[in-house]
Amino acid sequence: MPTDVENWKSEVYGNEIREHLFRFAEEGFETIPDDERDAWFERFKWWGLYHQRNGQEGYFMMRIGTPNGVLEPGQLRVVGEIADEYARGPGTNPIFGDAYADYTTRQAIQLHWIELSDVPDIFEKMEKHGLTTQQACGDSWRNIVGNPVAGKDGQEVIDAWPVIRDLNETFKGDEDHSNLPRKWKVSVTGSADGSGQGDINDLAFEPAYKEIEGEDVVGFNVRVGGGLARNEPRFARDIDVWVSPDRVSDVAGGLSALFRDNGDREDRYNARIKFLVDEWGAEEVRETLQDEYVDFELHTAGRDVREEYTYNTGEGERNDLVGVHEQRDGKYFVGLNVLVGRMGADDVLELADLAEEYGSGEVRLSQRQNVIVTDVPESELDDFLEEDLLEHYSPEPSPFMRGSIACTGTEFCSLSIVETKNRQVRFARWLKENVDLPEDVEEFHIHLSGCTASCAQPQIADVSLRGMKTRKDGEAVEALDVGLGGGLGDEPQFARWVTQRVPVDEVPGALANLIDSFAEAREAGESFRAFVARHDDEELDEFVDPEETDYEDPMMHNTKMTWYPYAEDDSMDAKPPAPADD
Amino acid sequence: MTTRLRILDDGAWLSVDDSRRVSVSELWRLDAPGFCECDLADMVVENFLETGVDGRTVQVRVYGQCIVCGTKSTTGWIPVGRIVDGEFVDIDREGVLRVTDDKEEAKSSG
Repeated sequence: MPTDVENWKSEVYGNEIREHLFRFAEEGFETIPDDERDAWFERFKWWGLYHQRNGQEGYFMMRIGTPNGVLEPGQLRVVGEIADEYARGPGTNPIFGDAYADYTTRQAIQLHWIELSDVPDIFEKMEKHGLTTQQACGDSWRNIVGNPVAGKDGQEVIDAWPVIRDLNETFKGDEDHSNLPRKWKVSVTGSADGSGQGDINDLAFEPAYKEIEGEDVVGFNVRVGGGLARNEPRFARDIDVWVSPDRVSDVAGGLSALFRDNGDREDRYNARIKFLVDEWGAEEVRETLQDEYVDFELHTAGRDVREEYTYNTGEGERNDLVGVHEQRDGKYFVGLNVLVGRMGADDVLELADLAEEYGSGEVRLSQRQNVIVTDVPESELDDFLEEDLLEHYSPEPSPFMRGSIACTGTEFCSLSIVETKNRQVRFARWLKENVDLPEDVEEFHIHLSGCTASCAQPQIADVSLRGMKTRKDGEAVEALDVGLGGGLGDEPQFARWVTQRVPVDEVPGALANLIDSFAEAREAGESFRAFVARHDDEELDEFVDPEETDYEDPMMHNTKMTWYPYAEDDSMDAKPPAPADD
Repeated sequence: MTTRLRILDDGAWLSVDDSRRVSVSELWRLDAPGFCECDLADMVVENFLETGVDGRTVQVRVYGQCIVCGTKSTTGWIPVGRIVDGEFVDIDREGVLRVTDDKEEAKSSG
């Protein structure tokens, strides 16, 4: 039997949701019929609007999909202005203030406290500048990810940006692909560093060479069925297909249609294509694609460059794109660290000014929640690096600042079990002050996810933290499970969950003790990931030695039971009314 | 009168008549011999899986973890509220909740 969600989708879905959205925006939030709210909130996701959690009724998270994280000149300013004008609500964040933008792990942007009545004005402003929220959430093609510096990167095998742009233009709003059984996450990478993180996407195109009529041609190998959510992480499976750049759209559309027709619409927990690949195997996926969804002969896989991958591998060069890097054209891109991906609206606007002053005005977003200013001429580089804003968003941050990723958490999200972003800021600051990594270790990735949905990609970090609960002195407190040794690369590896339910105030101490053990017991030059790999779970659990320190956590209680964790009166009884449609 | 019961947003919460009523992250003490070895499981709710009714009692099956022994599993049916005069009323979930394994299917309308 189809789920309620499938029934709602079969009634109204895709582009047509917009007219209803605008109608409700005009007539007021309260005019959404009481018995249709679940249905409309589900549908609004397709247009990038996600109803915030219990206690924040009537406010929405808005996700802007920026393909490959590319913000063309002028677009960042628009984001900053929208954040400043519209992303303000009844709650003030003690670290980030009243208005801010979040850069996500899929190279998109999220704003909070958006009111339905403002949506038409926001859409008008965005669309005037080439931005959209279309399909940023919901059961369809999501924001396409890749190496954010595609087209500029010196390490590039092939420029994937035209391919991504073409896929985005083809499949955004395409009625044949607008109602899939579940979300559809695509990665297209042209560089040899693996920075598109294809392995954790539903569909991945990775650079590869194929001999065609005696000549080596650059194109893409295809992998299908990766994803991290729901305690069921999978790396995308190699389906033994190489495709030339001009055929990517045909193969991507074929696989999207295969998923549309064969994915499980009766059980949303079993709907992602990773489960179909589990059931069928890679060979049957390939055969079905060939027989039913493309009208040309597929090539077998080509020679990939996975051995060269460095991004988020836990060792080697360029694990992220922070810092100053030379572009192919002799100019520079400068990767700035944005701790947990959140930037105040004022800073967004100032960065937009700096990008125009020193670069081309273009800015790009990475999957590590960071921002990259491109096209800076060598002659401007020193002055740019001297700008005050770069003291906070540094191209040379502490490893603990640089390596921190966090999801939205209980501040706004229905799924999360714990507070995340502010906590990760507190953790990073404490670690920076109190813990020394071995001198030759310049990067250390800590990802904090509030639940098993894994939006912070916890399974592919040196240290993975995931929201949990425990009791401490008889009181229920927020806690974190600790996983170690995850990372991508030629041989990707999910973290092993070695220590469970550490009370949040003991996590910094646990990490300090873990890093001390690593520093003492590592072999010369050994990476943390390699160190973890040669120890068993019991030994690693010993290294993670939870301990109270001078770190204090003000959010030990059940932040999910508040209307907003940082409010003076945070009880559900004090929740604000749904915003009036003014 | 029909009560609409749904699990939404990847199992994040129970919707009753289009209102969010019970969310993940609650900590429940369960009398559930089949769930783990503890006399009373002390379970974090991580995902709602199914909802149904027994008379006027709204029940759910969830995935969760006992924070005493670490067992991660799926529960039987757990009462979370009652329908009184057409309205959902919370059962006190701070107390011990008794889990049953057999249950009629969810009655929901969408």
